[in-house]
Amino acid sequence: MTPGPIISIRGLEVGALSRHGMLRPLRGIDLDLPHAATTGLVGESGCGKSMTARALLNITPSPMRITAGSITLDDGKTPPVDLAALDPDGAPMRAIRGRRLAMIFQEPMTAFSPVHTIGNQIAEMLLIHEKLDKRAARERSIEMLDLVGMPNARQRFDAHPFNLSGGMRQRAMIAMALACKPEVLVADEPTTALDVTIQAQILELLQRLQQELGMTVLLITHDLGVVARTTSRVAVMYLGQVVEETTTESLFDNPKHPYTQGLLGSVPRLGSRRGRRERLPAMRGSVPPALAELPGCAFHPRCPKAVAGLCDVVKPRMAEVAPGHRARCLLYPEVLAASAALEAA
Amino acid sequence: MSEPLLEIRGLSKRFPIHSGLSRRVTGEVRAIDGVDLTIMRGETLGLVGESGCGKSTTGRAILRAIEPTEGEILFHDRAGTVDVAKLGRDELKRVRRRMQMVFQDPYASLNPRMNVEALIAEPLICLEHLTHRQRRDRVVELLELVGLNASYLLRYPHTFSGGQRQRIGIARALALEPDFVVCDEAVSALDVSVQAQVLNLLSDIQERLGTTYLFISHDLGVIEHQCDRVAVMYLGRIVEFAETEALLRTPKMPYVEALLSAVPEPDPHVRRERVAIRGEVADPANRPSGCPFHPRCPYAQEVCKSTVPALRQVEGASGAHLAACHFAEALSLRGVA
Repeated sequence: MTPGPIISIRGLEVGALSRHGMLRPLRGIDLDLPHAATTGLVGESGCGKSMTARALLNITPSPMRITAGSITLDDGKTPPVDLAALDPDGAPMRAIRGRRLAMIFQEPMTAFSPVHTIGNQIAEMLLIHEKLDKRAARERSIEMLDLVGMPNARQRFDAHPFNLSGGMRQRAMIAMALACKPEVLVADEPTTALDVTIQAQILELLQRLQQELGMTVLLITHDLGVVARTTSRVAVMYLGQVVEETTTESLFDNPKHPYTQGLLGSVPRLGSRRGRRERLPAMRGSVPPALAELPGCAFHPRCPKAVAGLCDVVKPRMAEVAPGHRARCLLYPEVLAASAALEAA
Repeated sequence: MSEPLLEIRGLSKRFPIHSGLSRRVTGEVRAIDGVDLTIMRGETLGLVGESGCGKSTTGRAILRAIEPTEGEILFHDRAGTVDVAKLGRDELKRVRRRMQMVFQDPYASLNPRMNVEALIAEPLICLEHLTHRQRRDRVVELLELVGLNASYLLRYPHTFSGGQRQRIGIARALALEPDFVVCDEAVSALDVSVQAQVLNLLSDIQERLGTTYLFISHDLGVIEHQCDRVAVMYLGRIVEFAETEALLRTPKMPYVEALLSAVPEPDPHVRRERVAIRGEVADPANRPSGCPFHPRCPYAQEVCKSTVPALRQVEGASGAHLAACHFAEALSLRGVA
């Protein structure tokens, strides 16, 4: 067990110059992933949660690139590495990607190569990273398929992705990601394309493997139910920044940021007994595009609690607003103090 | 409740499976298999199920956007009752004014080369005789109904967000003031904050115009919030049908129990105890004998393997509560708390 977080992201920015101006999907992310725990990253489409995942593995889609900040990988045993400083195509990054950091994607049909068997795709990881011979790689791949609950793993080794159902493809994807026993697993909407009954099976599988292998997991999702069920900490993102970060219990019991409050309020919850005909407390407007440059707080045009002359002027900083609970909202004196100090400086 | 608007009896849709060089028909997919459904005037009827269960096919077959293989679709119009399944081209066109659809994907369902005015006016041009002026007034009125305004008239779909596009899709569906609208996963592609806006909009429109909705969704939270009654589909059949409250609190069919228990609760203190079901939805081209759910059902008995359970009233249930299970009365299943 290491004392510090295994991953710590500081001031991470990702951007690209486009015809219309500077696109800035990530605008200064600060996030720690505690060792051997599952951290959730939530937000609506376009908030930058998938981009954070990709930046973490240094696979930002061209022309997007990391323009500032650091991503420190520190397992407490080997010297810490700043992933943001590594060349995305260089040997050091490639040695880490897949071996120490792995990712599972939302749509396993597009993430797998359609012309190779799933077994060979899993074995490829082992051939490259673990330098196993073909026979050993095959055996380990079958073991991995077995581990993720693939029935008839030995026969399925030779299956192509199109032979498998969505749930089974996602299991194969997890087997591939875990083949080299990575320290950190990034799961980008791993169950969004699946039906609820299959989603429940996959989430249980991920939780079991996380505990058995002592992995650190970053789970990216837009589904607050999935977050509540599987994570111990959560970060909420809005327009390329983390706006709230705390333990899962604290976030659901006592959301501090008006955006989080709005998000939790607007989900129609099963079993809420909210009367039919009752209106859902909807937020106004929608998520602004990645091109938007808003003065002050990025959420102020949609915020029901925005204060004119404050929220549309001062850029809020992240600050601790309750023990172990950080938020980026000027309505809290701690945030206001931190932000005003910055403005003055 | 009021009188029925639509009575659907024995609706089926089978797709042939072709294979080999000669494209011979070697089998068939029974996408929907004898669906009976009564939709009351002014209600929102939910249709839930997992992918491939036939819920979208049902919605489309009712409008005859795809041709049903067999079955009756009795539509009780103000003018009288017609069987939509048997109408010829001209008569169908007349009935289509009264029945419309809102699609799932607001990015794929709007022609990118038409501006908002042309998009919303299209149904009016096809089916109404209005002057240019009247038509524009009507389009503006519709835009305002869905929370947009006249300043958007000349803009093209790509300039709108997903939520705004879905509003345009709704305005288009409402242009002819239909009695009946099929909403096929109408909010599934939207973010939660926008989803709530669109759900509220659909409710407001219903209140003002008395629209009847068939609301197709896989999201049980949305279904609970939006629907008066719910039908659950599995492998092309309706397996349970009741008022929303009754179906969610006291399900009578094991599949529904499993489905409800699989929904993750957005509350870290509540760990809903999951009813584990094995395996995945069966292939509609190769359906199991007997009850379609029996290979996955934790309560399955011998009879379930051989005999198809009929959809019938559950004895002892309060109110109308239909379930297709041999043991609907015997089992005490868990609903949502």
